[in-house]
This record gives sequence, C-alpha cells and structure tokens, in this order.
Amino acid sequence: MIYDYLYNLTGSEALAAFIQSLLPLFIFILPFALFAVLMERKVSAHMQDRLGPMRVGYHGILQTVADILKLVQKEDIVPADTDKPLFNIAPALVFVGSYGVFAAIPFSGAFVGANIDLGLFYIVAISGLIVAGILMAGWSSNNKYSLLGAMRSAAQIISYEIPTMLVILTIVMITGTLNLYTLSEMQTGYFWNWMIFGGPDFGISKFIFIPLMIIAFVVIYISTLAEVNRTPFDIPEAESELVAGYHTEYSGMKFAMFFLAEYANMFAVSAIVAAIFFGGFQSPFGYLGNTFGVHWLIPFEQFFWFTAKGLFFVFVQMWLRWTLPRLRVDQLMALCWKYLIPIAFVDLLIVGLITVL
Amino acid sequence: MGLVTVLIGMKVTFKHIFVPAVTIQYPDVKPELPERERNRLYVNMDDCIGCDQCARACPVDCIEIETVKSLPAEDLGKTSNGKKKALWVTKFNIDIAKCCYCQLCVFPCPTECIYMTDVYEFSEYNRNNLIYNFVTLTPQEIEEKKDNFAKLEAEKAVQKAAAAAKAAAEKTAAKPAPKTENKPPENTGSVN
Amino acid sequence: MLTEEKIPTKPDNVRTEEMVLNMGPQHPSTHGVLRLELTLQGEIIKECRPHIGYLHRCFEKHAEAMTYPQVVPYTDRMDYLASMYNEFGYAVAVEKLLGIEIPERVEYIRVIMGEFQRIASHLVALGTYGADIGAMTPFLFCFRDREKILSLFELVSGARLLYNYIWVGGVSHDLHPDFVRLAKEFIPYFRPKIKELNDLLTGNRIFIERTANVGVLPLDTAINFGISGPNLRASGLKWDLRRDDPYSIYDKFDFDIPIGKGEMGTVGDCWDRYYMRVLEMEQSLRILEQALDQIPEGDVSSAIPKRIKPPAGQVYSRVENPRGELGYFIISNGTVNPFRIKVKGPSFVHLGIMNELCKGHMIADVIAILGSIDIVLGEVDR
Repeated sequence: MIYDYLYNLTGSEALAAFIQSLLPLFIFILPFALFAVLMERKVSAHMQDRLGPMRVGYHGILQTVADILKLVQKEDIVPADTDKPLFNIAPALVFVGSYGVFAAIPFSGAFVGANIDLGLFYIVAISGLIVAGILMAGWSSNNKYSLLGAMRSAAQIISYEIPTMLVILTIVMITGTLNLYTLSEMQTGYFWNWMIFGGPDFGISKFIFIPLMIIAFVVIYISTLAEVNRTPFDIPEAESELVAGYHTEYSGMKFAMFFLAEYANMFAVSAIVAAIFFGGFQSPFGYLGNTFGVHWLIPFEQFFWFTAKGLFFVFVQMWLRWTLPRLRVDQLMALCWKYLIPIAFVDLLIVGLITVL
Repeated sequence: MGLVTVLIGMKVTFKHIFVPAVTIQYPDVKPELPERERNRLYVNMDDCIGCDQCARACPVDCIEIETVKSLPAEDLGKTSNGKKKALWVTKFNIDIAKCCYCQLCVFPCPTECIYMTDVYEFSEYNRNNLIYNFVTLTPQEIEEKKDNFAKLEAEKAVQKAAAAAKAAAEKTAAKPAPKTENKPPENTGSVN
Repeated sequence: MLTEEKIPTKPDNVRTEEMVLNMGPQHPSTHGVLRLELTLQGEIIKECRPHIGYLHRCFEKHAEAMTYPQVVPYTDRMDYLASMYNEFGYAVAVEKLLGIEIPERVEYIRVIMGEFQRIASHLVALGTYGADIGAMTPFLFCFRDREKILSLFELVSGARLLYNYIWVGGVSHDLHPDFVRLAKEFIPYFRPKIKELNDLLTGNRIFIERTANVGVLPLDTAINFGISGPNLRASGLKWDLRRDDPYSIYDKFDFDIPIGKGEMGTVGDCWDRYYMRVLEMEQSLRILEQALDQIPEGDVSSAIPKRIKPPAGQVYSRVENPRGELGYFIISNGTVNPFRIKVKGPSFVHLGIMNELCKGHMIADVIAILGSIDIVLGEVDR
C-alpha cells in the first residue's frame, strides 16, 4: 500500500506517515471542497432555470478560488466580550472533527489512511468533536442568538447520531467487522454483492435482507443529512432564530474553515454510506485492469469509483436541499425520536434474528 | 407517505436541470425592449413652444420651464407640425432623478417634442449631473433675450404712461366743454 | 453552601421571565419593513405587536395637492405588487363621482389587466412564502412565470411594475396589436406550471407539517376583525366583491369562488390561505380566457374627460384586490384637486390579526403566519 511505497521511497517511518496523512488533505479534500462549492451553485442554478456563476474563469470554474481569496484577505474580527481561547479554537475543532474522519475511509484498494479495526467506531467518535466545536463557537460568541442556534444544532447532531449508530450496528451484525476497508473488500465482484442488495453471501438470507437493507440505507442517509446540517435539517444554518446561527460572529479565515468543514463533512458521510452499502471503492462490473491484464491500473479505477459514488451521494444531498422546505425544530426532533429510532431498532432486531438463525 | 411526496418534488427539480436557462448574461446581451418603453426623457427643443403643459402635468414637479416673450419683430420659426413659436425658452430643466417615469408629460405636449427614449443606463457619479438642461440658447443669448424683453416692457410702460398722461390731459382740457356741449347738437341738428 | 442556596422545588419559587424579542425592520424574509415585537415565554409567543410606519410616504396628503389624473401614479406605488388593481379601484371611484359611462372595450381591458395582475401578485405571494418556509426553488419558478406577465404589461403600457395605465375614464394606450395573441399563448403555458407548483410545494409533506394547523383563523374572529379577500375565503365564507358587490363587468364572466375546506388540517389555517391563492390563480385563468375571446373593438380614449372637476360630494367604492377589499373614499369640493382621499388598504387591516394568530405558537411559526396573510408594506403604510 501507499505507506509501504512511501517508506521504501524515503526510508523513514515518520516521514512516510507524515506524507501519507497529508495526502488526503491536499490532493483530495481541499480541491474537493473548492469543487463542491461550485457544484452546489451550478446544480442549484440549473435546477432553478438559471446559470449560476459564469464570469470568473470559463463558465465560472474559478469562482470558488475567488471566494477563498476574498475570505482570506478579510479582517479577522473578534468581538469584544468573547471568550477568546474558545472563540479561536472552535473553528479548528470543527475542521479537525470533519477531517479526522477521512483517516479511516478507504479511498482505494491501495490507500487507506489508517487501517484501524475499529474504523466505524472511530469515525462516530471523531465526528463528536464537531458538536464540541459548535457549542464552543456558540457560547464564546457572546450573542444570545448564536448560543440558541448552537444549542439547537448540538441537540440535532447528538440526536441523529443514534439512528446512525443503530444502522452501523446492523451492518456489523451481518459482516462482523467495523473496519471500513475490510467491509469494502467483502463487497467485491459485481454489484449484486453490495450490501444494499443483501451482501456477498448467496442464500435465502440475502433476499430477506434486501428490504431491510434498503430501509437501513434510507434511515442512515436521513440521519447523516441531519448530522451535516443540510436542508431539510438546516435550522442552524439558515435563519436560526432569524439570524445566522452559531457562526454569526465569525469572519474571514475562521468562517472559511467552517465553510470548508461543512463540505468535507458532506463528502465524508457520503463516502461512509457508499462504503457501507454500495461497495466503497469496488466497481459494479469488474475492472478494466483485470480484463486487459494491466494490474497497476486497478487502484486508480477503484479511486475513480470511490469518488464517483461519493459525488453521486453529495449530488443527492444538494438535490434534496433545493427541493425541500425546512423542518421546524420540534418536528425534526420528533422525526428522529419517534420515527427513525424505532424503525432502525426494529430493523436491527430483525437482522440480528436472521443472522443468528 | 411523506417519502412519496418528497420523491415527487425531487422528480420536478431533476427535470429542471435539463431545461435551458431563462436568464440572459446582461452586460453582454441586452434584452429587446418594446416600442412603448418608458425610460429616459428627451426634449427636442426645436419643436418646443414653451406652453408649460408638461410641467403642469408632472405629478412630482421635476420639470422647470421659464420663458420670455419675443419681440414682435423677431421670427422664431415654426415647429415641425406648423405651429408658430412665440416664446423664447430660457430654462428647461428636467431633474431626471425626481422623475417617476409616469409619462404624464408626454400626452399634453401639442408638438410631441417631449418623449421617452429607450435609454436606461444613465447613472452618474454626481447627483447634480442628473439635472438635464435642454435649452439651446447660450447664457449670453438668454441674457440678451431677457434684456430685450425688459426693454420692450419698459418702452411699453413709457408709452402707456405717456398715453395715460395724454388721456388725462385731454380729459382735464375737455372738462369745461360739457356745459356748452348741449347747444351745438341743437344747432347742427337744425341745419339739414 | 447547598443548604443556603434557594433550590427551586416548588413552582412558586421558580421565577421565569418573559423575553422580548425584536423581529426588526430588516428581515431575512421579504414583505418589506415591518417590526414585530414578540413577547416570549420560552419558545411560545405570548404577544406579538406589529410596529408599522417605516414606509409611510404621505400618499393621502400628496393627493390633496394633485389633480385627479396626477394621483394615478401615486396610487400605483401603494401596493406595488398589484399596481393595476390600485389604479382600477381609483378609476372606479372617481368615475362614480363623475357619473360617466365607460366604453365596453375599456372595461374588458381593465378586467384583463386586473386578472393578469392578480396572477402576478399571487405568484409573488406563493414564491416568497415557499422561500420563507425554506424551499427556495419554487420562488424562482414563480418569478420566471411572473416575468412573462410583466413583459405583457410592458408591451401595453411601457413599464413593468408601476404602470400609470388605467386612467379615469379609460386607459392610457390602446392594446398593442400583438397583445391578445401573446396573452392567449400565456394561458396554456401557465396551467401546467400550477400543477408543477402543486407537486413541488403544496403537496409536500414537510410543507404541510409546517403550515397545517398553524395560525388557525376562525370565521367569527375573521369577520370581527374585518378580514377580506383570500384570508376570509380560507376561513370558510364565500365572499368575493366581484360576485357580491359587482363593479365593472365582472357579472358577465363565469368563475367559481373557492373557499377553504380544511383539507390538510383545520379550516382557516395557513395551508388553506396558501391554497386559496393557488385556486384563485386557476379561476383568474378562466376569466382571462373568456375575456380575451369576447373583447370588442372600440375607442379607448373617448370617455377620458379633458379636465376632471367632479361636483362636490363623496363616494366610497371598493374593489377586490389580490389581497382583499381595497376601498377608496374620495371627498370632492368641486375643484380640480380632491379634498380628501382615504384608502382602506386590506393589508393594514390584516396586520391587525397577527396578535390573535400568533398566540401560543413558536417563533418559526410567526414567519409562516406572516407569509400566509400576504401583506405588502406599501399598502399598510401608504
């Protein structure tokens, strides 16, 4: 894998680990965040019969670069009575929480940041840092609307982690592993081996699993949508208590970090859903590398499929954002506690029974 | 059931991705405006007879007109539809920032010299540049016309005073006559 | 020291305060400059007081210094989203005062313009309501359709929003030769768009959850407060000035008056008021079809008086604005300037029920309620 390749290249463990940890950030996430902002604006524009950014670069490709340049050169305003250490750490914490998830996600057969056996568990734990960051941001802003927005956002994220974990438990019961890399490897072959179609073991249980897996997929997709604060669950982002929520008082580079963290988070949860249910980096119908005997092509193909699936789910998230109205806070909570959790729980029980029997 | 309505909504938005955009790229492509379009006002001073109808019709009082009567000997020419001009227009200001583009000034004009063009991009950096002056006379000419008119008025006033003095003198001279006036009509009446 | 601290164990020891929140004159949602002072108990609203006057431009005082034809551009600017109807109402009032007869072609043109204006105004109301609730796409679809109507108006009068078209005694220009053809093309273009709007917004489960059973206006409260227009019809009463107090030639057309039936919740909730406007757009299309077919030839400027000098007297006449009952009370003293024009704007009256409707709801519902009663601040403040 890449770590070994780098170790052979540099001869030093620390350097190899260092470069390997930076790779996802610079090669993938930052360009992806730039691309995702533009994609959101273009997708929303075309859905609304208009054109989106057209002036900067060809058809607006360089628009995000212009936005980032603008944000970087802005004055960093820190309001007077804020809690300065918390105020400064909060965006960094949110960014770390979003980015840290990528360590356990397999980008291709040859690259996974850290092949942890507790992959999924680690992911859920690290994204808990986001909640801490949001609460810090809301509290230290010294603004009662920010505080209320932050508390609502924290309540939303914490509540929706429960259905996510229940669905993850369901998958764990079927496959027996928390390691995302092994999960993706298990769904090898063709697309009917994917988890959404019942898993790689062929038998009567596979067909019983299909409706259960589809329900689990819908539940986890909705819960992760709420975890990243996207419409219809975007109370913290848009008009929370009529102002902008927990990041009201941030400007310049710190705001840019919240901004990029949101898009990184979107891709992270899309990648997780793709890895769990849709085969991660596996191709739906075999590899060109295998057919032509060009074996070094396979990791690149897998990377392509991984990106394609992630981008597709990100597109569906954007699609939902521009179609649906917003849920009110109490309806959001009711959806989680009264509908998603019971459904996920029942799903878990049935899958557990089938696995045991 | 809620999920079904969500999916129906998603189908609508998805179809719209493939609909071509209805917007145009403005500064490069400009929309075609219909012929009755109401944008910036323009006054053709050759046709203006200084009747003040447009200023009176304006609801926001953005037109200021001042005129000076011309001397009887001067010929100001005719407008394009045959009316003879008799007034020098010394001031014709339209404050286009005040104008509400209602077109009420266009209808009363007898010569159709004030009308709305299709110019809509006329922003200025200085607000005073939005007061449009339409007079075609130079300031010296304006002074000259005003002086001429003042002189004419003065002459007329002098003449009037002289005539009034004369009439008063005639009246005082003719005053004793009324007692003897009764007799001559009788004498003239008897001579056939 | 725990024993010395007052630990609230009984409800009388717990002191709660009501918080006053200001939804200030600058809003994320549209509707104009309005200040709502909300008194909250936790999340629940105890009182909602609107403060208005931010857009007061002294229309009624200005009108006393203008001549009758000069007042028409001022009436445009009151309810700027439905300008044709403001002019229509004023023209009907002054013609009543003068006692003149209008050519039939003028009446047809006025009805056609009025109904197009009703559709345009409702499109803004529905689009911005969706945007308030969070769905941003229907807003753009509604405005795209409204552009077609505005370009029709531009063809005829020269302006897109403030027309100065319907004058006392007639209209300012005759219809453009292309107008009838383009207007007839609009109707089949627009019908599927209403269906699309219903798919996207009206039937959406989340939208229904946000608006059904929220801000219920019972019928007797509505009548007591003087509500009119779609808000009153949503509460169940079939009252439409075009049918019940006919003006112009509305009695010649065949159209239905939709009322609220509480399909998704209670009768008179926000969903009903929203749906009323959708149904009214369909009925306006019916009126338009009939009017465009029947429009006669004639001279539109024959009845426009040279100098409008009504005899001394007073008149109150009302028309059915897209928002409700728009009334003009004009007192004339025999001169060319009106002595007094008083406008009864429906949005002003409707703003009065905000307090009634918002009690007991949450803050997110205030936005939903405010959007559903469809006010325009230009009409509230004049």
